[in-house]
Amino acid sequence: MPATSSGRRPGLRAVATPWLFASPAIVLFTLFLIIPIGYAIYLSFRGFRVEGGGAFGRRVETFVGFDHYAAALGDPEYVAGLGRVLLYGAISIPSVLGLALLFALLLDTPRVRARGFSRTAIFLPYAVPGVIASLLWGFLYLPSTSPVTYLARQLGAGPLDFFGFPALYFSLANIALWSGVGFNMIIIFTSLRAIPTSVYEAARIDGATELQIALRIKIPLVAPALVLTGLFSVIGTLQLYSEPATLRPMTTTISSTWVPLMKIYQEAFTNDNLGGAAAASVVLAVGILAISLLLLRFFQRRTFGDHT
Amino acid sequence: MTAVTSTGDRQFSHRRRTKGPRRPRLALTVLLLGALYCLTPVAWVVIASSKTSRELFTTFSFAPGSGLLDNLAALGAYGGGQFWKWGLNSLLYAGLGAVLSTLVSAMAGYALAKFRFRGRQVLFSAILAGVLIPGIVLAVPQYLLLASVGLAGTHWSVLLPVIINPFGIFLCRVFAVASVPESTLEAARLDGAGELRIFTTIVLPMMMQGLVTVFLLQFVGIWNNFLLPFIMLSDQDKYPITLGLYTFLGKGAGDGDLYSLVITGSAVAVIPLIILVLVLQRFWRADLLAGGLKG
Repeated sequence: MPATSSGRRPGLRAVATPWLFASPAIVLFTLFLIIPIGYAIYLSFRGFRVEGGGAFGRRVETFVGFDHYAAALGDPEYVAGLGRVLLYGAISIPSVLGLALLFALLLDTPRVRARGFSRTAIFLPYAVPGVIASLLWGFLYLPSTSPVTYLARQLGAGPLDFFGFPALYFSLANIALWSGVGFNMIIIFTSLRAIPTSVYEAARIDGATELQIALRIKIPLVAPALVLTGLFSVIGTLQLYSEPATLRPMTTTISSTWVPLMKIYQEAFTNDNLGGAAAASVVLAVGILAISLLLLRFFQRRTFGDHT
Repeated sequence: MTAVTSTGDRQFSHRRRTKGPRRPRLALTVLLLGALYCLTPVAWVVIASSKTSRELFTTFSFAPGSGLLDNLAALGAYGGGQFWKWGLNSLLYAGLGAVLSTLVSAMAGYALAKFRFRGRQVLFSAILAGVLIPGIVLAVPQYLLLASVGLAGTHWSVLLPVIINPFGIFLCRVFAVASVPESTLEAARLDGAGELRIFTTIVLPMMMQGLVTVFLLQFVGIWNNFLLPFIMLSDQDKYPITLGLYTFLGKGAGDGDLYSLVITGSAVAVIPLIILVLVLQRFWRADLLAGGLKG
């Protein structure tokens, strides 16, 4: 510690400086992360019980143990919401990451034209808020305004239903794909550029095709970037809210509790069941944390295993 | 940059003919299809914003209409100019929020990167855990806590929670490690410069490129944020543009006139953000993000 501040006043000043720099972050971190999390956990164990019995029983706030958790996990609508989000994630995450990787590899292929244009065009939807992206695609799906349906009608086919049972999941995943592919592509592309060309010069001289170089050399080397983008995709996907909420006025397929977050919102603000909402949020958060830590552990062992 | 690469391509294209020309052309086709896919909805909304509500439902989607000026006038007049108010609110939340967030992150990242102090590891682990925490656990209790101090429903309720950005702190630490040399700090300290002065005149300029990235990420993040203002705000005059358009659509479910307002509003809301991203793209340091996991 004294090594950093050489000489004159090593005491209080040297000790206090880093804490002073970090203090705004620490205060805000405590106020807006630690305390709310603690409060949510506290709330999830609190609830109202009627005491005294009969018609004149008082509602008293007490400790109710795991009642809210049991209620949340026993609620078919909440569990169905979890299932819907998982199904949606199973479609959207692999397609976002797969296409992002494909585009990044194509951008990194030598001698390809229009690279700057393609990169910018594919990145552009990143600037479009999720609500507005959902509005745009919603109108492209809506039978009365959809160009696809228009063309289908001209060709004599019936209207296409983008909001039907399996179709809705693909329609939603498509919004995620459109919004997310460019951002992830840029991250993967940048880590491709960071690989020194000498690494695959040798392979090229040995007559390896670009495809072989991509599969055998480039993809393993950008694995850390893939883990990072995958992690953020998982965290973002499971918190799905604004896309189905925005599409809701356009279709009857999306119920008011279609995803877990909508259910949580309804419990908290419509049904005034704060404990239930808190328990449902904690369940979802723990699930997301568990999945991200598992992913991180699994891939870290595989991608960084040799180095650490 | 582009000029150099394009001449480079041309030189190569001679050789390409002898060496199997098919692959790069396939790559180009796939990339252009990707670009088309990404641009189509944006083109659609810009074209659709020029249509009267009758044209919207009767003419082909990509045929321009005749009602652009009427739509803009109707949009501006809606709710006594509410739409422009939403735009200003978004600018306030995203602009001020991202500036403050970047500053707080830079200070914390610098402290974590360049000082050895007791508790540093604990602090850094807490920040890392914060990156993984999904925002949803926070939204409801944040509302209740802010409501208990009378701040829910104010501008502050949307601004304060977004200033803390664990991922931003993490990135700033990575960037401070990489771009601020120990020797420079030592020299400044020997010259008797105060710590705050060192930070503002030496460290901040050195970290600037990384800070632009952190700012952009946070700006777009706040601009796109929906759940936080949705939960915090009830007064429509304080809505950001995303929430405003969302309530618009909710009202317009059975009303064709409101549909064309929503579409025009979306077009107007998207264009400035696209310009911002195009202009600031050159300052964007994605390698900072890509390298993040190794740090």
